[in-house]
Amino acid sequence: MRQRSIDGIVRPKGVHHSLMRILLYAVLGLFCLYYLIPLIVMISTSLKSLEEIRQGSLLSLPRSVTFDAWAKAWSAACVGVRCNGLAPYVWNSVLMTAPAVFISTLLGAMNGYALTKWRFRGADTIFALMLFGAFIPFQVILLPMARMLGLMGLAGTIPGLIFVHTVYGLAFTTLFFRNFFMGVSDGIIQAAKVDGASFFGIFFRLVLPMSLPAIVVTVIWQFTQIWNDFLFGVAFTIGDSNPVTVALNNVVNTSTGVKEYNVDMAAAIIAALPTLAVYVIAGAYFVRGLSAGAVKG
Amino acid sequence: MASGIKLQSVRKVFGGNEVIKGIDLVIQPGEFVVLVGPSGCGKSTLLNLVAGLETLTSGHIHIGEICVDNVPPRDRDIAMVFQSYALYPTKTVRDNITFGMQTRKVPKEEQATAVQEFSKLLQINTLLDRKPGQLSGGQRQRVAMGRALVRKPEVFLFDEPLSNLDAKLRIEMRTEIKKLHQRLGKTAVYVTHDQIEAMTLATRIAVMDNGHIRQFDVPEVIYEDPVDLFVAGFMGSPPMNMLTGQIRRGDRMYVETPSTEGQDQLRFPLPGRLADRVSAADGHKVVLGIRPEAIFAKGSELPGSERFVFERPIDVVEPTGPDTMIVFDVAGTDLIARVRPEDAKPAGTPFLFEVDMDRAKLFDAKTGLRL
Amino acid sequence: MVKEGNNAKRLRQALEQRLPQIVVAPLFAASMFFVYGFIGWTAYISLTKSGVMPDYTLTGIGQYVRLWSTPRWYVAIGNLFIFSSLFIAIALAIGVLLAVLLDQRVRAEGVIRTIYLYPMALSFIVTGTVWKWMLNPGLGLERLVRQAGWENFRFDWLVNSDYAIYTVVIAAVWQSSGYAMALFLAGLRSVDDEVLRAAAIDGAGPWRTYTGIILPILRPVFLSTVIILAHLAIKSFDLVIALTGGGPGYATDVPATFMYSFAFQRSELGVAAASATMMLMTVVAIIVPYLYSELRKTGR
Repeated sequence: MRQRSIDGIVRPKGVHHSLMRILLYAVLGLFCLYYLIPLIVMISTSLKSLEEIRQGSLLSLPRSVTFDAWAKAWSAACVGVRCNGLAPYVWNSVLMTAPAVFISTLLGAMNGYALTKWRFRGADTIFALMLFGAFIPFQVILLPMARMLGLMGLAGTIPGLIFVHTVYGLAFTTLFFRNFFMGVSDGIIQAAKVDGASFFGIFFRLVLPMSLPAIVVTVIWQFTQIWNDFLFGVAFTIGDSNPVTVALNNVVNTSTGVKEYNVDMAAAIIAALPTLAVYVIAGAYFVRGLSAGAVKG
Repeated sequence: MASGIKLQSVRKVFGGNEVIKGIDLVIQPGEFVVLVGPSGCGKSTLLNLVAGLETLTSGHIHIGEICVDNVPPRDRDIAMVFQSYALYPTKTVRDNITFGMQTRKVPKEEQATAVQEFSKLLQINTLLDRKPGQLSGGQRQRVAMGRALVRKPEVFLFDEPLSNLDAKLRIEMRTEIKKLHQRLGKTAVYVTHDQIEAMTLATRIAVMDNGHIRQFDVPEVIYEDPVDLFVAGFMGSPPMNMLTGQIRRGDRMYVETPSTEGQDQLRFPLPGRLADRVSAADGHKVVLGIRPEAIFAKGSELPGSERFVFERPIDVVEPTGPDTMIVFDVAGTDLIARVRPEDAKPAGTPFLFEVDMDRAKLFDAKTGLRL
Repeated sequence: MVKEGNNAKRLRQALEQRLPQIVVAPLFAASMFFVYGFIGWTAYISLTKSGVMPDYTLTGIGQYVRLWSTPRWYVAIGNLFIFSSLFIAIALAIGVLLAVLLDQRVRAEGVIRTIYLYPMALSFIVTGTVWKWMLNPGLGLERLVRQAGWENFRFDWLVNSDYAIYTVVIAAVWQSSGYAMALFLAGLRSVDDEVLRAAAIDGAGPWRTYTGIILPILRPVFLSTVIILAHLAIKSFDLVIALTGGGPGYATDVPATFMYSFAFQRSELGVAAASATMMLMTVVAIIVPYLYSELRKTGR
């Protein structure tokens, strides 16, 4: 995020000023705690034994670190009636997320490019109509989509889920690329046209290499959205084909036996780890994606 | 009574990069000083230091009798006009103008009188209830001026206030600013990269380059008596002709142009005054600076004592209306002569040029300093 | 020969000229079908007497009448109202506060920003799981406070029908207030520096600079943030499922979970379709005017 160039303004110094600075950092620090405590609790609980959880307190750190809960969450926790852990479901999520992200990003890029750089009559209307798809409550398409997937023979399968995510991700990816291409000078495209490059020639050789920032933002956005999705997963998959979010919810809500909070927490971390890692590595792009839909330039 | 401004060994470092490299400057009360220089020379930074919008790295700044090194902008009794005008977009013109008085809790009636007075002066009295977004560029500029004037501060600071206006408005506003300064008599510091603005507005000009002030003097001296090649080259449009050559000492002193294929070497005789002053040895490398208006068609001006006439073919003819610029080549350098339109000939014609050597300047080729 | 070559060339040129439309057409057609077509299907079903299986005989607004006479639907709507107004107000307040505080030349701003925003990268299911554990009366916060000495402290909102919806607010605010902060901070940073310099020269202190100048400039950002948060709130489904499962009973049902439960658990397609249509209409009422003004602003 851009830094201000007004930091040099001469400001009054004194006790009042110092007190305000201390107060400022105190408030900021408190909020850091507010946001971090659930993460800390999650990690520390996952490293405790069930015994220690019952005796200790929420905030206490584990006295003896044990990875049993992690092992169980990964390979032995019960999802419904099956007790194979989260591992197969993580794999489901990977199989579902990767193609859906790739396809929806590529199509969005091409769509955004055609709509902004080859403006034809009705391009704006088409965009507006498509954009609306990003904002509908998906409940309104759940029923017909379930039937559609049935007709296509994709009901309850991972390819079916890939299809759904691609179709409903398209509005967002088009939006991201359109916003990006709006900022790209038409002159470059005109020059390439004059040089005799074709629609696809310009797209693959000129536009796509230029749009690396937009691609990164879109891929990160789509990845987080699709990995974290629950609604489509729970509505359109069954048992073995569940994505990890659905499996996590099933682990937590499996009502048989003793409540194993440490396993729940380990499972939650496993489900959150991929998107958290992306956030830590590419946080700046993540923020750009988040604000792209809101404060459009 | 206006306040003067005094800068003592002012330095500013941005992240290891020294932008202002030790500047001393004394501005008298009521002066209109223009800081001029190419972009990146530090002129805007220097202005911001005076305004308190940047903190000094070292040195001292006095406004009036008060050392303002640690005084925030609001307490420096200054007003500033910005390049982008920096109007508050959500406030009306009236609130834009009075915002500074509101924060200082000036009584409402006093505010109203001040708005009345200055909005009339700046011809914005009909715009007071509009928002900045509804104004034209020129009107915004006037509002920005009004905001600065209304508080009647001791010092006015201008940061390229006219650079976003079109050419015609710029000239109008330039005159208006000069009128306002003459009327109010307050100290003003004005930053610009436009040397014509500098010449027309300033009581004194500070020519800046690379964090230093090269020369600080009245406009006439800056133009006629530049201390070095940089100042000479920066002020004036078209710029001063710069001809490299060597000193030749014979029966009298000459500047000899280098030999080039297909061209006679030219020997510019130095007038006695200049020859007496220059002690450089025979063969010393120099730059001869001649302003375009000091080269004209032979015989087109009243005869003088120190004239040098030579012939060259015309390369390019550029009429500007009142004068015509003639571009020609001497030893591989393009020179410009400013001639009367009726003296101009088509390109390719041989032309007799007359140089008034009394107005020529001589610089050391190595140090760039005036000889 | 020559003529044919010309024809082929002309054909190719015509094709090349139409390529943008040819590329957009299938994507657009897919959008039309899967968005508008499906909306149409759902709306149509809501006007039939479909039960377990779709029945395509139109019967009028019977399903809506049934919907609006279902007590559970009123609970869902009431919850949505409580949840979204609290969630939007609190997230907005925290967002503005944190953005303004972070704008004060704060050291380690990048790190702090990262911490404030990371919950947004988590799935609502993860968020729900964590808060469910922290808020559970037996071993969570309640016991923590009791251990600290307040023996009679009670904090059983999670399992209390009257208060469970507020735990959804707590978790949602935790997850999304950093997002509001990021939007506002980006807005703050986009304010022209020269305007802020002018304010400093005009003698405005920090309070006056923010309330008098910057925040009014950010009015559009307020609007888009509210819209986005409202949109999040209406779609909220995952969080409720993970945190309370809609319970106790159906005390924390919102329209999204109501629709899901009628569609997939109780197989009352007609009522489910009617409730989905109601949700859509609410979103449309909020989003369409906003999108319209946004597109008109940025369009050429």
